Amino acid sequence: MASGSVTISSDTIERRFAELKAAGKRALVPYITAGHPDIERTAELLLALQESGADVIELGLPFSDPMADGPVIQASSQRALELGMNFTRLLEIVARAKMRVPLVLFSYLNPIIAAGQNALVQAADAGFSGLLITDLPVGSDPEREAWIGEGPLSFIRLVAPTTPAARMREISAHGSGFVYLISRLGVTGMQDTMSADLPATVKRLREATALPVCVGFGVSGPEQAAAVARIADGVVVGSAIVRAAGESVEAAAKLTSALRAAIDAA
Amino acid sequence: MTTAQQDRFGAFGGRYVPETLIPAIDELERAYDAARVDPAFRHELEQMLTTYVGRPSALSDAPRFSEHVGAQVWLKREDLNHTGAHKINNTVGQVLLARRMGKKRIIAETGAGQHGVATATVCARFGLECIVYMGEEDMRRQSLNVFRMRLMGAKVVSVTSGTRTLKDATTEAIRDWVTNVNDTYYIIGSVVGPAPYPRMVRDFQAIIGNEARAQMLDRAGRLPKTVVACVGGGSNAMGAFHAFVGDKDVELVGVEAAGEGLDSGHHSASLTRGRPGVLHGSLSYLLQDENGQVHPAHSISAGLDYPGVGPEHSYLKDTGRAEYVSVGDRDALEGFQLLSRLEGIIPALETAHAVSWIASQKGRWTRDEPVLLCVSGRGDKDVAQVSEMNILGT
Repeated sequence: MASGSVTISSDTIERRFAELKAAGKRALVPYITAGHPDIERTAELLLALQESGADVIELGLPFSDPMADGPVIQASSQRALELGMNFTRLLEIVARAKMRVPLVLFSYLNPIIAAGQNALVQAADAGFSGLLITDLPVGSDPEREAWIGEGPLSFIRLVAPTTPAARMREISAHGSGFVYLISRLGVTGMQDTMSADLPATVKRLREATALPVCVGFGVSGPEQAAAVARIADGVVVGSAIVRAAGESVEAAAKLTSALRAAIDAA
Repeated sequence: MTTAQQDRFGAFGGRYVPETLIPAIDELERAYDAARVDPAFRHELEQMLTTYVGRPSALSDAPRFSEHVGAQVWLKREDLNHTGAHKINNTVGQVLLARRMGKKRIIAETGAGQHGVATATVCARFGLECIVYMGEEDMRRQSLNVFRMRLMGAKVVSVTSGTRTLKDATTEAIRDWVTNVNDTYYIIGSVVGPAPYPRMVRDFQAIIGNEARAQMLDRAGRLPKTVVACVGGGSNAMGAFHAFVGDKDVELVGVEAAGEGLDSGHHSASLTRGRPGVLHGSLSYLLQDENGQVHPAHSISAGLDYPGVGPEHSYLKDTGRAEYVSVGDRDALEGFQLLSRLEGIIPALETAHAVSWIASQKGRWTRDEPVLLCVSGRGDKDVAQVSEMNILGT
């Protein structure tokens, strides 16, 4: 595959956030698990999310042992693997979808290692702009972190409520695109209320980074999305979208539109 | 900040965990490194190991098994520990550390249930809340251990995701830890997981080899030619090996579970048939498919039924310091009966893999060459399961 797009793709996500900022808008970042509810509908879902107001989309490569995920994403991952979803198929889907909005590949480390040394270039060529790895914290594996950091994709790093300020700066220095702030302790999944500490954590993180800050984990509906949009640059919605996608493409699109409206009104 | 050397065994090990856990792991490492050189902690640990666990564990000669094999076999009797396995060496150490750190809520994963029982035991002893994650399939196979844990006040949570065995119980325990990280201490049961666990659990289990090395010099008048232990996650083996790693003439042999056969796809031989990958926080040999998805493990023994292995074993394999072999379900059942009949010692099915391997190696040793076998646990927990197989005939 040609890799002519490589040099520009690493800036796609930051450019997107800059455009949103100029327009006074916050980003809506839905997550779906590739291959859920089935392989055919993954491309339809991507397009439906894009048309319903997504600014960036996180597409999850399913893993057999998703230790950072709650029941909804676990179940979707297991189902997707049973249907034969893998890295190669994921890239085919993305290449065919020809998305306008930037895509972030969301994965655990092991499937990315297994995909081989060319995996990052292949992902960029297929149309991905960023990569987020749940189990590769800053400083854990300098060699692999350098492989990703020097590669063609934005390297989205995670910050947790437990992360001290000094480490936030370190994470920011080793990431690009945006910083993904985990809103609360725990695994992914829907919650009725947002953590009371969240505004303070966002404030600490803003002091540590110039990158856009997106908040995820536990954002389940428009009301919470609006609350997050008042303090962050973007809102990640995972389990709620995955659950809606399990019902139908239309249900996922409808939820995305509602989230979009709530965020824009916030 | 930790040094790379402490984090890794060669290329293996590391801390591949969600960001949320990093401060907790830093805190754990600091607490452990302070405790392990603190005379007060060491004294407290020694007292518990002596007066509660019943250490030192005996080194038994095995005259009839030795005759059968044609070597001088010695048995390091971890089966004689309180709760019947080596697992308690580690849980005593970690629970003392948890207390030192002020943690009141203890979680653990378990496969065969031995680690769950050992954790429930020390939690009862110190009055700590205890939650044990156990695969639904393992709860069925090891119902006696489930009862023992509940009897001692632990809550046993049935894990119904994935393969419903140790791998999934471990994943679920990590999820609990991520959620309750502020007040919860996770007692990992083997030399697996993110740093510092593999090193810490090895240190707590190293008493096996430290005692055995001195006992061998005392009783046999020399070091063993070969040290043999079964390997699932690998804690009894690392514990047995550690004292001998520097003794270059001592062979170290780890016995993995070949299940229904190495080519059947139903086995737990991570070192023999896996390739390096990342699971549960560390890089090590792993049973996985070409896409990096973890391949379900299989063994007749729930304690060996794990697709990963401790990273230090991967290092010992790649450096050639230890040799890793495998024994299948059927041969393990033979080993189970062999040690029972010849020595009056019913070994755990896990241990039975190592018994069977030694029995298969006739001619490898001369009659007076000492072989040290770590009897990691007693087989009472397996009697119900094995009796259903009608191995004795009618």
